[in-house]
Amino acid sequence: MLSASIVQNLTQLSYLIAAALFIMGLKRMSSPVTAVSGVRWAGVGMLLATVVTLLFMGASSLNLILVVAAIAIGSIVAWISGKRVAMTDMPQMIALYNGMGGGAAAAIAAVKLFSGDEHSIVHLAMAVSGGFIGAVSFSGSLIAFAKLQGLITKSVRFGGQKFLNLAILLVTVGFGVMLVSGAGLQTGLPMVTLFFGFALLLGVAMTLPIGGADMPVVISLYNALTGLAVGFEGFVLDNAAMIIAGTVVGAAGTLLTQLMAKAMNRSLGNVLFSNFGETSVAGGTATGTQKPIEASDAGIMMAYAQKIIIVPGYGLAVAQAQHKVWELTQLLIDRGVKVRFAIHPVAGRMPGHMNVLLAEAGVPYDLISDLDEINAEFETADVALIIGANDVVNPDARSNKSSPIYGMPILNADKARNVIVIKRGQGQGFSGIDNALFGLDQTRMLYGDAQAAVSQLIQAVKAAE
Amino acid sequence: MIDGVIALYIFMLAAFTGYEVISRVPVILHTPLMSGSNFVHGIVLVGAMVALATADDTLVRVIGFIGVVLAAGNAVGGYVVTERMLKMFVLAGKKKGP
Repeated sequence: MLSASIVQNLTQLSYLIAAALFIMGLKRMSSPVTAVSGVRWAGVGMLLATVVTLLFMGASSLNLILVVAAIAIGSIVAWISGKRVAMTDMPQMIALYNGMGGGAAAAIAAVKLFSGDEHSIVHLAMAVSGGFIGAVSFSGSLIAFAKLQGLITKSVRFGGQKFLNLAILLVTVGFGVMLVSGAGLQTGLPMVTLFFGFALLLGVAMTLPIGGADMPVVISLYNALTGLAVGFEGFVLDNAAMIIAGTVVGAAGTLLTQLMAKAMNRSLGNVLFSNFGETSVAGGTATGTQKPIEASDAGIMMAYAQKIIIVPGYGLAVAQAQHKVWELTQLLIDRGVKVRFAIHPVAGRMPGHMNVLLAEAGVPYDLISDLDEINAEFETADVALIIGANDVVNPDARSNKSSPIYGMPILNADKARNVIVIKRGQGQGFSGIDNALFGLDQTRMLYGDAQAAVSQLIQAVKAAE
Repeated sequence: MIDGVIALYIFMLAAFTGYEVISRVPVILHTPLMSGSNFVHGIVLVGAMVALATADDTLVRVIGFIGVVLAAGNAVGGYVVTERMLKMFVLAGKKKGP
């Protein structure tokens, strides 16, 4: 049997290696070429830390069985759900797994607080802070998951909501302070239960009013918060791997959240505390009527174009039309048409989500351009094909100061000679405002589900021999 | 044993590291990277395991058990979806367009 100090050192060494592998893995994940190896490096680190912990944590046989059983249950469920989920549903799965991490951090805090073996005030404060953040992230992420999954379709908003949320926050913090100071013991109330109950309630109350368009930013924020919670619980447990990994994710996640909010021209405070998308139906400069077009005519227009820019949006993701779009693109390229994809930073449900979907369909990188690269090229394009995108091509964002999306960087699809918009109906985008692009003289609307409409276009282009 | 000040140093350095690692990332990798960092905080699993290992009454065992289930879900689910996403980028990169 190994002596206690050797076990301690071996464990710490494995955590150090794991932490290094996480950082190097994240670094490698930030370039497309090394990305897959990056996640594997991090995976090796996780496996090492878990196995060493399992071997050396010194649990009673009952607890050991419980640990192994719990790992098996969590792993199997997550493995199956992770393998099965469609690429379009990825954002809500990230929200779900993230919420689980937050819940685990809260559970560690709860174990520490309920067992009452923690007396250092610093450790108590860390446990309570991590537990608070973890619990908020847990319930908030679950609501975000339910919203993106379509289980909750309404954004709950009412007068005085901000004050109610503030009150819940203050009550939670109050219970937390009493737990840390030890004052809670004298009141005879179930302090730990109340504390976690209110923290969970806060996560729900904070997330319910936030609209679907802002969900990516919120999920990213909760991801950063979970990292922070894990870091705090790492302090409590004297676990360097948790401190380092949690803090790295907390910092990286915060930066990522800012980048996303910036891409949408929103501030974080704006996302969390404004009721965007509810009151802003008026205020568009949409003039002119929407002019429909038949798929056959649109197909001929595209078949004889020289340059086409495709703007994919959320409608493409919902309809799973990415494979059809690639098929159409290949047909057009074979005819000598120059085809490019223009990806808005927030196209789809998350920054980069559309790139993931196009990559799944096999579209090569070099056809895909981001906003800065492509915007000057719309003027020379014969056709801009908008598939299920709306707000990201609304010229009001450029010119109409009264528009709620004024100032958001957009793709200048309105500069193209012809614009074909594939759209399910005459409704509005995420932000609930009219789109001036749809009424322009050179714009034609092709109504229908993105997958069906693109299939018709493929037939039309094939027929244009 | 990690002392208070040392812990603060670790905290500070790790925060800078996280910021640096992400700051020069192309937009196309934002979602995979968010998913990847979501996997990395799955390290909470080792903490949850230790917490459950020290449990000595039923209530604490139940909470600890839930904690380990959730943490394992975070780690495994985070890994699976991240790898799936990133694999597509490799495929798309190899298949060069005409």
